[in-house]
Amino acid sequence: MSPFWDTNTGIVILTLLKTLALLVPLLIGVAYLTYFERKVMGAIQSRKGPNVVGPFGLMQPFADALKMLTKETIIPTGADKFLFILAPMLTFGLAIIAWAVMPVNNGWGIADINVGVLYLFAVSSLGVYGIIIAGWASNSKYAFLGALRSAAQMVSYEVSMGFVMVTVLILAGSQNLNSIVLAQKHLWFAVPLFPLFIIFFISGLAETNRAPFDLAEGESEIVAGFFVEYSSMAFGLFFLGEYANMILISGMTTTLFLGGWLSPVPFLPSGVLWFILKVFLCLFVFIWVRATLPRLRYDQLMALGWKVFLPISLVYLVLVAGVVEYFGLLPVA
Amino acid sequence: MIANLAFYLFSFILLASAVMVVTSRNPVHAVLFLILGFVNAAVLFLLTGAEFLAFILAIVYVGAVAVIFLFVVMMLDVDFVKLNEGFQRYAPVGALVALIMFIELVFIAGNWAIAPAGSADRMFPTPEHLTSSVALGSLIYTSYLPLFQLSGMVLLVAMIGAIVLTHRDRQRSLHQNLAAQHARTPEQTLAMVPAKLGEGASLPPKQTQKETL
Repeated sequence: MSPFWDTNTGIVILTLLKTLALLVPLLIGVAYLTYFERKVMGAIQSRKGPNVVGPFGLMQPFADALKMLTKETIIPTGADKFLFILAPMLTFGLAIIAWAVMPVNNGWGIADINVGVLYLFAVSSLGVYGIIIAGWASNSKYAFLGALRSAAQMVSYEVSMGFVMVTVLILAGSQNLNSIVLAQKHLWFAVPLFPLFIIFFISGLAETNRAPFDLAEGESEIVAGFFVEYSSMAFGLFFLGEYANMILISGMTTTLFLGGWLSPVPFLPSGVLWFILKVFLCLFVFIWVRATLPRLRYDQLMALGWKVFLPISLVYLVLVAGVVEYFGLLPVA
Repeated sequence: MIANLAFYLFSFILLASAVMVVTSRNPVHAVLFLILGFVNAAVLFLLTGAEFLAFILAIVYVGAVAVIFLFVVMMLDVDFVKLNEGFQRYAPVGALVALIMFIELVFIAGNWAIAPAGSADRMFPTPEHLTSSVALGSLIYTSYLPLFQLSGMVLLVAMIGAIVLTHRDRQRSLHQNLAAQHARTPEQTLAMVPAKLGEGASLPPKQTQKETL
């Protein structure tokens, strides 16, 4: 590495380039995830999905974006203007900044920080603000009810998600995401922690307000929930934020449980392609769940979070800690 | 140099948002400024190298406590006219209390002195070969274990207390017994009635309701 990259300017430029190299594929991924979802749901429901714009409908995301951009931005009279505009930016921005610590390949994370897991957890727990601020700033009953539902839901599922992450940390012996992936060299954490893997993924569905936990935007009861007053690109940011969050949760699941970039086949080299493939699989399950399961009732949702997931993850945490300590398997940090 | 600039920037935002918390007229804005203050405090922790504390502050205070706080404040219907009604009458008393507090603060600040040996303890550096979370953990779970466990117990008691105080079982509310529902068989709820054409059918004698549920 030439000495220029060690100067302050060099580091800034290098970081910007790295960020660009991550963000461009990520944003294209977000755009095509909307296409992927419509195609997969089409296949599940025996339809064709988008197939008019471009070959196989591949230009559909761009057509949608153009349509979104040319629509009128409407700010309701009673709305709190500043917060109303801030909310969608917050949602989308938080979904993007979490990727700063995600190791897509060995040592490829932009910020290789010691407490990567905590960073991810903190950023994903901040995501609720975009929704709750949007609901309040819209000055509409439907939006507000949707925001309240979603806030209660996200806070509930974060608790068990936190316990699942702590269990992973015990097995990995580090909070650094890169080391967590390397600790899965011989065995993915999804195998010994299978129940927690399932709990984490389902909590991820709840955390992103996806079906069957999409009560925050239950269209049959509260119109569209928290973003009912939004139009044009402000709505677009919420929409893209949801998909960016899906990719984020899939990335987290891949890193914590599915061995990140590590190759599952012994004779094939590990690499970023494995990471993308695993994220892709998780996203497929996200869409599959949406196309097959009906929405939960609100009390069922709360009961599942507090009475089922929390006890299971808590007991599993104690169990894993006990077993690891008893057999002297504790990794030395 | 850059770290210093960042420190002054973030502490300025922290102080400014703290001022806004008490001066904003809209309670929701006040809570949002409080959250901004929390985030900036977390950044200040980061600047001193206490990364674990920084993110725990963000997770616990910003991600959980402040959400509940915001939740409550948003649902309150604060009437500003009523709120400012007694302002004229109570202002002298409030000013007096503020003055006394200020004088006390001046006394305390005037007599403040740092023990010469204290500064060496205060600047206790994080061990070189450990990350800050490992260093913190190895302190909390050895020297301070009883205190740590005790504070956990206090929180647990407070949590149970809050639930006991606020929980009231309204007799009207319907409860769902999932186990009983899943244990239900078709024989308990379905009856096949062979109906002849043009005659209709009458239901067989009812089973007791308790049994079917």
